[in-house]
Amino acid sequence: MRSAELKTEDSELPTGNGTNSSSVPRLAFRGPRSQDPAWVRFGLTALALVAMTVLVVIPVISVFYEALAEGLGTYWTNLTGDPDTRHSVLLTLAVAPLAVICNVVFGIAAAWAIARFNFRGRTLLVTLIDVPFSVSPVVAGLMFVLLFGLQGALGPWLRANGFQVLFTVPGLVLATTFVTLPFVARELIPVMEAIGPDEELAALSLGANGRQIFWRITLPNIKWGLLYGVILCNARAMGEFGAVYVVSGRIAGETCTMPLQVEVLFQDFNSPAAFALASVLTMLAVVTLLLKVWVEGRVRGQRAEKSHG
Amino acid sequence: MAQANARVLPGYRLSISFTLFYLSVLVIIPLGACVVTATQLSWEQFRAAVWTERARAAYALTFGAALVAATISGVVGLLIAWVLVRYEFPGKRIVDSLVDLPFALPTAVAGLVFSNLYVANGWLGRFLVPLGIEGAYSRFAIVLVLTFIGFPFVVRTLQPVLEALDTEAEEAAALLGASRWQTFRRITLPALLPGLLTGFALAFARGLGEYGSVVFVSGNMPFKTEIAAFLIVSRLEEGRPNSYREATAIATVLLCASFLMLVVINRLEALSRRA
Repeated sequence: MRSAELKTEDSELPTGNGTNSSSVPRLAFRGPRSQDPAWVRFGLTALALVAMTVLVVIPVISVFYEALAEGLGTYWTNLTGDPDTRHSVLLTLAVAPLAVICNVVFGIAAAWAIARFNFRGRTLLVTLIDVPFSVSPVVAGLMFVLLFGLQGALGPWLRANGFQVLFTVPGLVLATTFVTLPFVARELIPVMEAIGPDEELAALSLGANGRQIFWRITLPNIKWGLLYGVILCNARAMGEFGAVYVVSGRIAGETCTMPLQVEVLFQDFNSPAAFALASVLTMLAVVTLLLKVWVEGRVRGQRAEKSHG
Repeated sequence: MAQANARVLPGYRLSISFTLFYLSVLVIIPLGACVVTATQLSWEQFRAAVWTERARAAYALTFGAALVAATISGVVGLLIAWVLVRYEFPGKRIVDSLVDLPFALPTAVAGLVFSNLYVANGWLGRFLVPLGIEGAYSRFAIVLVLTFIGFPFVVRTLQPVLEALDTEAEEAAALLGASRWQTFRRITLPALLPGLLTGFALAFARGLGEYGSVVFVSGNMPFKTEIAAFLIVSRLEEGRPNSYREATAIATVLLCASFLMLVVINRLEALSRRA
């Protein structure tokens, strides 16, 4: 996903410019980026744009079109009139940040351990962090049902002590945290490896303690990577469906998050309301993309600053 | 690298213990619960749960649809990555950002929209349904929505490879008289292959487990449009004494496929790094 940075760096460099050829000899010998004839270029570009239109642009436009089909007034009533829908919005706004916070703490700890120390089983640990990405969300949900359900391993004991995880908010947070577990860690490990431990070692030799090193050196260095991970993690946490579907029991007004409420409304043949709620989630996705582009710009800026300064 | 000055920095014990604790609670113990529950069934019971006619139809559809969708994602993803890296056109940066939309869009929204677009009076369905192409509540619908979810993986794995690819070999081939198509097939494509396969594998792995979007578009008819993930959920909801064990048995099959894909993807990523 970091390709965008490479590209702009590339196009900013002088290509085929005689005066610069001595400083950047490799690029000077490089010809134009494409040798394809014009009709191939136009044809392929048109095909790619058609594919993007059919796959991405039309669906996004249609969400808003369907949501607003009966006017702004109906749209607003669809969103705010139903207490279950209102509750689902609030629930998502509570569950997703909790999952993100857990995974931020984990991501920082894991990245610190993996990028700063050498130990046996390091590769295994990295693979283990990736596991939630490859497990089907439904299977993820099922695992927690098996663990916390009444027939499960911990369920009866927890129930006897007054705790219920399944069909409650803690269950939703747990399932969401599992599904989004790799995002922050995966983003931070390469960032911390690329920065290297030199600055932290210098701080240590000057007598800084662990907390000072973290707050003054490490965190400022990784902040954009961290924010990037948080954005991706949050988008997935708010949109998670499969895992939450299984553990929630889909009790309207209690354990239905926004995506689940979309499904409930869809099953009730209340398409306009389903699309109204879906449009909120789509706006969230668009905001995520905008934030992502912005953060990528900052990362690039920070890197340029470091290499020049 | 950090390895040279092993454990000079503080916080090793704290960070590694927390990491291991967190992974145990969220990943290892739940996975263990899944395996333990599956082994509570006798081999005959396990086979009976995993190998029913309905389950076989669901596996075939799940793997088949994921495979077809990953293949289409491969072609579409290569096309989009190629155009984004090699050509200039207005709005290129917007298109580049939009590639990430399927990552950011909740799958439930994707399912809702796709089911609505391809029904007989939908925006695209009104052209396709008269031609006999049912893009909603059909197997094709599943392929469509899995392609939507899968193609960004291919674009994002291929883009950096294409960026880094030296055009010198292509120019040399052209100078030696190769046609553009020959150059692409003999020079460019082999260099892109590891990346293309990685993207394909990622899209395939994601397609195997996808649930949210498919529930909306497929209609979930047993034997026809029911995927393995849906079968797990419906077994779980049956509420018979053994039904959650049967659901776990089917989940184990899906888990094995996921882990196989994880290994394959790791290998492929190592391969494309070397290339």
